[in-house]
Amino acid sequence: MNAPGTFWPTGTVYGCLLNFRREWQQWGERMAQPPHTAPPRAPVLYVKTANTWSTSGAGIMLPVGADTVLVGASVALVTGPRQWLAGADRTRPTVAGYVLVNDLELPGASYFRPAVRTQCVDGLLGLGAHAVAPDEAGDPALFALQVRINGDLRQTIRFDDLIRDAATLLRDVDAFMSLREGDLLLLGCDADRPTAHAGDHIEITLADIPVFGVLSNTLMPARILDTAS
Amino acid sequence: MKHARIAWAGAVWDALEHGADQLRLPDGRIVAQHAVVWLPPLAPVARPRTILALGLNYANHARELEFKAPEEPLVFVKGEGSLIGHKAQTVRPDGVKHMHYECELAVVIGRAARQVRRDDAYDFIAGYTVANDYAIRDYLENWYRPNLRVKNRDGCTPIGPWRVDAGDVADPMRLALQTRVDGVVTQSGNTRDMIFDVPFLIQYFSAFMTLQPGDLILTGTPNGVVDCPVGAEVVTEIEGIGALINTIARGAPCVSTT
Repeated sequence: MNAPGTFWPTGTVYGCLLNFRREWQQWGERMAQPPHTAPPRAPVLYVKTANTWSTSGAGIMLPVGADTVLVGASVALVTGPRQWLAGADRTRPTVAGYVLVNDLELPGASYFRPAVRTQCVDGLLGLGAHAVAPDEAGDPALFALQVRINGDLRQTIRFDDLIRDAATLLRDVDAFMSLREGDLLLLGCDADRPTAHAGDHIEITLADIPVFGVLSNTLMPARILDTAS
Repeated sequence: MKHARIAWAGAVWDALEHGADQLRLPDGRIVAQHAVVWLPPLAPVARPRTILALGLNYANHARELEFKAPEEPLVFVKGEGSLIGHKAQTVRPDGVKHMHYECELAVVIGRAARQVRRDDAYDFIAGYTVANDYAIRDYLENWYRPNLRVKNRDGCTPIGPWRVDAGDVADPMRLALQTRVDGVVTQSGNTRDMIFDVPFLIQYFSAFMTLQPGDLILTGTPNGVVDCPVGAEVVTEIEGIGALINTIARGAPCVSTT
């Protein structure tokens, strides 16, 4: 893994929609209504493009006209080299580690069309300072994240009630697209994401496993570039 | 100039078109086009490439799919594992009923683009290539549609053969597009019929996301998409940019997640 303080993805960062059972239950029968018409079958993914990546400790500037973001605290699985298992007919992805992520999004997007306009804004993905090896991280189903905004505990997220646990998600995603060494796969964001505003300081921790460190980012108001000249 | 990226004689090379059927290597040697393996015609990039792709960006294709034309760009993102070169194979999973090509003008970004004005947009383009953005409609779901299972499969986005320098394309908004399946013309259009043209797209995206050199914008496809069986040779061609050949192949059984 990278040395502390230097984690930076070398592959594509994939997020996963609707992986927390609580959010799924909140949707309830609306999943069967237009425009969705049926609950999702395969994992529903999105990409956090490289322009969104922010290091832990970095200020994140909100875009012009935006004052509010949804805070999607999560853990991303970092994929290692693909592996041949004896007798297997194809390679399988491996898990090199886990890293804290702060998946920010502008509010208001639906789940019907890809939400690039609200998800892929410059800076809107905070990344933990380092990835934690699987043997240090332990079972991801035991992860419990705390989200603090300006010091107030706003959300606790437990990863023991996912639609697809980490291993299942990895398998089901890899069934239709090969995860490549260095890709990240977020395990999902829980329902009722807290909101944060310009000036707010967001901290995400995995309290029982201090080796993950603290992912902290401060939201900054938009600075309007002088494009007239 | 027309740039290619090829594998030949044990190494990967950046090459230039040389005559009708040859390539020039960086050291000046000339090789026959038929002797090389074509890779996506893109230089490696330091950070993972952002690949944006438009849906429903031609009014007639939107009608074909029974959608009204969008009021703002319908865009999705692909990973680099979806890209594959000219004369490659793309897998049609067993049991699939509807897999179709999409012939698209692909824009290669040339320099960091942030809050670019429409009038300046062409200054940020390095070149153009042809992309075939295959879709497998059997896997469509109405969640972040078109979902990645439809659009981000390994090798499902052939691209190439050439990256043509922007300066060599007089008017990218006036190029004929055509797709032939086993020699039969199945799709014809012109980039002038895009709903959101290339300068608009660069202004639109760069307003909220900084694009970097080597990033790609696949600009959507006109109407005329048809199912392609295993063995079909699909040629997606754009006037002055190139003719991208792909063959549909049978894959290992795909594990169902349903």
